[in-house]
Amino acid sequence: MSAAGLTSAPAGGERRTPRRPTGRRSAVTFEQANRRLRWAMLSPALLFVGAMIVFPLVFTADLSLTNAFGAVNAAKDHIGPTNFTDALADTRRFWPALGRTVVFTVGAVLLEAVLGLALAMLLRRPFRGMRWVRTVLIIPLLATPVAVGILWLLILDPTNGIANHLLTSVGLPPQEFLGSVGQSLPTLVLIDVWQWTPMMTLLLLAGLTTLPEEPEEAALVDGAGAWQRFRYVTLPMLLPTLATALVLRAVDALKTFDLLYATKGPGGGSDFEVETLNVYAYGLTFDYQEYGLAAAVLVLFTLFIIGVVVLLRRRGGGRNA
Amino acid sequence: MSTSSQPPSRRSFGRLIAGGAAGAATMALGACAPGGRTPASGTPLRIMAINHVWSQAVRRRLGEFEDLVGRRVSMSLLTADQLASSYNVKLNASGTDVDVMMVRALQEQGLFAHNDWLADLTDRVRNDADFAWDDFQDAPREASVTAGRVLSVPVVTERPVLYYRKDLAEDLGGVPGTLDELEAASREAADRSRGVFGFVGRGQRAGAVSQWSSFLYSHGGDFVVDGASGIGSPQALAAYEYYGRLLGRTGPPGATNMSLEQAMPVFAQGKAAFYVDADAIYSSFLDPAVTTPAVREAVGFAPFPAGPAGARPHNIPSWSLGINKFSLLRDDAWRFIRWAAGVERSRELQSEGIPGARTSVWEDPETLRKFPPELAEAMRVNASRGIGHDRPRVLQVGRARDIVGRPLVAAVLGQDVGPVARDAHAEFGEFLVRDNRHKES
Repeated sequence: MSAAGLTSAPAGGERRTPRRPTGRRSAVTFEQANRRLRWAMLSPALLFVGAMIVFPLVFTADLSLTNAFGAVNAAKDHIGPTNFTDALADTRRFWPALGRTVVFTVGAVLLEAVLGLALAMLLRRPFRGMRWVRTVLIIPLLATPVAVGILWLLILDPTNGIANHLLTSVGLPPQEFLGSVGQSLPTLVLIDVWQWTPMMTLLLLAGLTTLPEEPEEAALVDGAGAWQRFRYVTLPMLLPTLATALVLRAVDALKTFDLLYATKGPGGGSDFEVETLNVYAYGLTFDYQEYGLAAAVLVLFTLFIIGVVVLLRRRGGGRNA
Repeated sequence: MSTSSQPPSRRSFGRLIAGGAAGAATMALGACAPGGRTPASGTPLRIMAINHVWSQAVRRRLGEFEDLVGRRVSMSLLTADQLASSYNVKLNASGTDVDVMMVRALQEQGLFAHNDWLADLTDRVRNDADFAWDDFQDAPREASVTAGRVLSVPVVTERPVLYYRKDLAEDLGGVPGTLDELEAASREAADRSRGVFGFVGRGQRAGAVSQWSSFLYSHGGDFVVDGASGIGSPQALAAYEYYGRLLGRTGPPGATNMSLEQAMPVFAQGKAAFYVDADAIYSSFLDPAVTTPAVREAVGFAPFPAGPAGARPHNIPSWSLGINKFSLLRDDAWRFIRWAAGVERSRELQSEGIPGARTSVWEDPETLRKFPPELAEAMRVNASRGIGHDRPRVLQVGRARDIVGRPLVAAVLGQDVGPVARDAHAEFGEFLVRDNRHKES
């Protein structure tokens, strides 16, 4: 019997006290117990989320409104949005750092998308030695960014590195690479591309294997060339996967810190040439101990990342529709 | 549909999240709260130190100290950046898991004192006649004192020395005694097309400031003059321009990315005629694993050359020992410092080629036997002329070095130094005002 049936008025307008069915008390008790059990089962995960995500976020947001300096637990005053206005008015470090963050992310992700898509198309059809090629392809992914940074630092050392040795041996002029103010950011974009293109390839390859073959076969029968089949058949069907891959890589690239710090050190180099928002916030925290300002920069950075993700998701969603 | 399968309401979910966050905050703050705790039996004395020859030599002798104190000792060796970041994280949480801290008195001590992270050692050093506090050299001893309190004990000192290639210097008119001679000889030696450089040195914005300080002093300047910025003075400008010419025109490519780790191998591999850096790294040039045979046989050591204001190198305590204010083993930590920085140990370590801070040890010729004679003489001369700081003496040394280093980078890159120096001068002036405000807070 339904609960509604128990409380509905009987025909003829006569109101009668509904009779409690047998077992009602035990059913409620069971529901209560079930509800408690549900919270009990959820509570470890919720406690983890509270301790590891909510608390740090709230703490950082609160810290960003203070003049905390020297030690986080030292006496501090709440100074309103001063840190935010200071950061947004800082044309020497904050805005250039934001610009470099965008340049690094856009440059790296676009190159990775193009190269990753090209490699995925090449690896799409089975061929002899495919397993070997795929294994070799993921090797850069296995290395930690710090190890990758040090490896490339040694290879690209202007004086003792093997890169300039190779360049000069074929008659090309030596380059300063990471030692140069102008070449550092493009060089780091290329190192990021070297490391993360395989991930883009694997993601897109997974997407390609799920695509139906009929539309492409139909296009082939209709006389479409290879480029036309890719441009008008494969790529539109792959767009949802591509959008997801772009969001994942863009968020990752925006947060890049270890590679930049391992190769250029504090402040992103002598002329701040690779100082992104992450590197800037780290410097404010660990080199300058300006925790209030650092927290404000991190809050702005988080909002920026959320904005980028929302933008990419909307554009990706629009295309999917 | 059973109500038991309905998801938690928004309100109850929010309550639970808030409760969880509050609980986590309480736990975190509870864990951070200091006071009233005693160490568990068997707790080791924990030392955090820089990965340096001094620390390695002390670690080899730890068994002796463990027998003396009756407690196990754990010693972690880290790079300077790692060490600074570790202190930052641990001490911000009032951590008790470090007892003895190896610190750079001129880099971190001011800020740590401001944060009240270092135990006051004043009574311990002054009331201990055997420790002979007055035996420490003046400059390192003064650097150990902040706001009238002794907060660290110097164990390693350092001065800049001119490393040079004897085989090349002979053809270049001998060992440069002045900065002008150094520049002329470096220009003559430099041949970039053959991968040979006249001079190599640090060029990173902040990293180069400490070595550049001797060039600044020898041009008659200082970072701070009468409480105001000194980096816009004609002397500072001349020092910036000189260093820019020397390293930018006669040094290796990519010099602005060079700190000790990048510059030292260039000299060790025989690619530069002259190199100015800390005397504490001399053993690298005698080490077959680091240096080519040609350089090992031909490396020479000379005092810092004289500039327009004479030869005025720095002589600083590069590394000191302090005690974590939150340590539960402060007495044993002091016993370690007393043991490691005492007269006996200082004599022993300096005899192994690690320059210490004790006057009596420096006066004992036996302790200098391990050093090449030319280096020992250069160190003695530099120490006698030395200035007790190699960076601005402020709370936020990191930010100060970033500001002071900007014109240095511009000079090395061959840019017009004047406008950059004027801009940095104004920024440094504003910084000093803020830094003083922090000091007073």
